[in-house]
Amino acid sequence: MRDVAIIGVSQTKFGELWDVSFRDIITDAGLKSILDAGIEGADLEAMFVGNMSAGLFVEQEHIASLIADQAGLNPIPCTRVEAACASGGLALRSGIMAVASGYHDIVVSAGVEKMTDVVDPTPVISTAADQEWEVQQGATFPSLYAMMAKRHMHEYGTTREQLAMFSVINHKNGALNPLAQFPMEITVDQVLNSTMVADPLRLLDCSPVTDGAAAAVLCPAEDAKKYTDTPIYVKGSGQASGTLALHERRDITTIDSTVHAAKRAYKQAGLGPKDIDLAEVHDCFSINGLLAVEDLGFVEKGQGGPAVEEGLTQRDGQIPINTSGGLKSRGHPLGATGIAQTAEIVWQLRGDAGKRQVEGAEIGLTHNIGGTGGTAAVHIFSNSKN
Amino acid sequence: MKDIVRGWRHIPQRYNLIGSKCSNCGEVNFPKRVICPECRRKGKLEDIKLSGKGKIHTYSVIHTPSDDFKILSPYIVAIIELEEGAKITSQIVDCGEDDVEIGDEVEMVFRKIKAEGEEGVISYGYKFKLSK
Repeated sequence: MRDVAIIGVSQTKFGELWDVSFRDIITDAGLKSILDAGIEGADLEAMFVGNMSAGLFVEQEHIASLIADQAGLNPIPCTRVEAACASGGLALRSGIMAVASGYHDIVVSAGVEKMTDVVDPTPVISTAADQEWEVQQGATFPSLYAMMAKRHMHEYGTTREQLAMFSVINHKNGALNPLAQFPMEITVDQVLNSTMVADPLRLLDCSPVTDGAAAAVLCPAEDAKKYTDTPIYVKGSGQASGTLALHERRDITTIDSTVHAAKRAYKQAGLGPKDIDLAEVHDCFSINGLLAVEDLGFVEKGQGGPAVEEGLTQRDGQIPINTSGGLKSRGHPLGATGIAQTAEIVWQLRGDAGKRQVEGAEIGLTHNIGGTGGTAAVHIFSNSKN
Repeated sequence: MKDIVRGWRHIPQRYNLIGSKCSNCGEVNFPKRVICPECRRKGKLEDIKLSGKGKIHTYSVIHTPSDDFKILSPYIVAIIELEEGAKITSQIVDCGEDDVEIGDEVEMVFRKIKAEGEEGVISYGYKFKLSK
């Protein structure tokens, strides 16, 4: 197997992008990533695109063909990858495996979601849960995470304020991210007084509905310096599956797929949680941010709440989490999120993260979840080859 | 329309809480599975009628439902640990939204779940109520 490097990344502005279509945003992201890599379209050998539900959001399937066509890249192979909100993370992993295996040299892994063309995206989002045995019973997607939060509060004494703090810290970072959907700070009081969605989760515990796309260009590590002075190396890639329905879990306050994916990524990288300088975690809801901090091994099980309260996850803390603003503030265009997380880590490790730069960051991690944890992808990156 | 076939196919499970039990490892699953997730090919699955008695493992009060459940809002959804060991997602009914706690004992009741508009099919199935 060959080592793999990322030589270019891009992200569109995230938000309610009324004036552009699905095909516009993914083409824009793809083009910017190859410009960032300093390569030509003709250098590309394959594309992998993460997307959860173009069929329901924009009534378009067969998007792999659409994207290759719109990018002017026919006849190179383009493959759509789907694992709900983890589609982007899996597209990245598919690209990594294609390059590592020697099957292709230069590939683009991208992600895209256009969520605002439908009046009500909630039934589409709920297809990430078990339609027949959760949604049919009246469970909504936020209510599943709310039940995790309720149980976590019951077992570990996690407080409503600690959950709110996770959103507050995200927004503090996101306020410095010009590509974020909601680049402004919020307060704990604002979270606690926002509209109730599914008790105990309120509107400002929930990631928004977002349009956006992101892309990354991958090549063999040994060739990376031909294209850029600052390649970022993929040190570990882990993916794991868990039960689709939340009620089937051994423990609903632990996302086992995160634990397993992280274990594999750490092992491949020869690193552990203490070696990670910063992480982008999948906070589709504030509780999932707390669970990630625990399940990735940054703190012990049950200590996510106190860790956030004590500032460990702030940008100048022990383990900076979501310097981009996370899903909450940057936005969460489902299939694009895993790649947007990658772009943030690449910018940070290159020293290109502007006002939100974590000084001296060398090793970063991304954590991308599908549904309530039916799929998890964890990646570890470094700015040094060895 | 999709609820016609989907509902009909699952009538035994939705009306009578028929799950599956692996006679090799003893694990009970609801809904029924084709393969025991623990034993896989060594497992032997048999139908089991669940008692419908259990405890609330966790819950949420939903204030922003989908269109299918708007008429009920706000309503309680819970994960219930049944006495046979399987966990199940269901609504808790016949009580106020502040009346339930984790650990409360509940039992199954047979109820209307939703209707597909004025002319569509009505789905029935299980919900749960507090035992006392």
